[in-house]
Amino acid sequence: MVDKSKVGLTDQPATMPLERGKIREFAKACQSADPAYVDDATPPVPPTFLTTVNFWMGSGTSPLAQLDIDLRRLLHGGQEYVFHGPPPHAGTDLTFQTRVDKIYEKEGKRGGTMTFVETVTEFRDPEGRLVAEARSTAIETGQAPTKGS
Amino acid sequence: MGVTWDDLQEGAAAPRREFGPLTRTDFVRYQGASGDFNPIHHDEEFAKSAGYPSVFSVGMLQAGILGCYCTDWLGAENVRRFAVQFREQVWPGDHLACEATVRRRYEEDGERRVDLELIVTRQESGGAAIKGEATFAVS
Repeated sequence: MVDKSKVGLTDQPATMPLERGKIREFAKACQSADPAYVDDATPPVPPTFLTTVNFWMGSGTSPLAQLDIDLRRLLHGGQEYVFHGPPPHAGTDLTFQTRVDKIYEKEGKRGGTMTFVETVTEFRDPEGRLVAEARSTAIETGQAPTKGS
Repeated sequence: MGVTWDDLQEGAAAPRREFGPLTRTDFVRYQGASGDFNPIHHDEEFAKSAGYPSVFSVGMLQAGILGCYCTDWLGAENVRRFAVQFREQVWPGDHLACEATVRRRYEEDGERRVDLELIVTRQESGGAAIKGEATFAVS
């Protein structure tokens, strides 16, 4: 079960360098051939690239990893990115920090009681300017859902 | 890029694009690129032990395909917001179709902007794998 006392939990800020090779690899995995991503020496990040921050620090360090969610029952409900201006480019060091924003439950149609966990990650450039925010909704289902749920 | 402000009237749509069939290799390639190594997307035994018929795609893979579909249309520099809700899961062999439609055009923060309604459809079921929204600046 998700530990609801973890709302408001915030991790330590950390810094991720935006790297050209990772952006190129990510864009290709997303089946984009846009030269802006694969040929530019300092490409902007694709719209969903900042998801890689979850894994920059390795497993077990994000607040989400401290909630004891069962991977077999974990679904990703939704994801949002807001950019306060053009998306950041390769060569930028982004400092990020994640907090557990909300935990709530809903009754599912097929999967039993579902627990929703929303986390928000803020990304700042070296001048401290907020350049992007990511909101992620994770769902722990009551049981493994069947196809299509 | 070629798409202008005058082109982006409410109701204007991006050219529909199809992707797939998605393979386990596509899933693994995305997992390597993103760093998300949840075994449920590549370990058949793990997925079956969790009650699934097989491994299934990473939601963020189809979200990433949709995001790049949008930037391919309106420009990599111009994304200001991108949001998705995951609906049907995507399975090995599935074909996906991406569509984007202008729902609103306005000026904000000194920029011309459009809000888009987005959908990724699974060709196998006709249902939505993703419903989403995006905001782009238009030069």
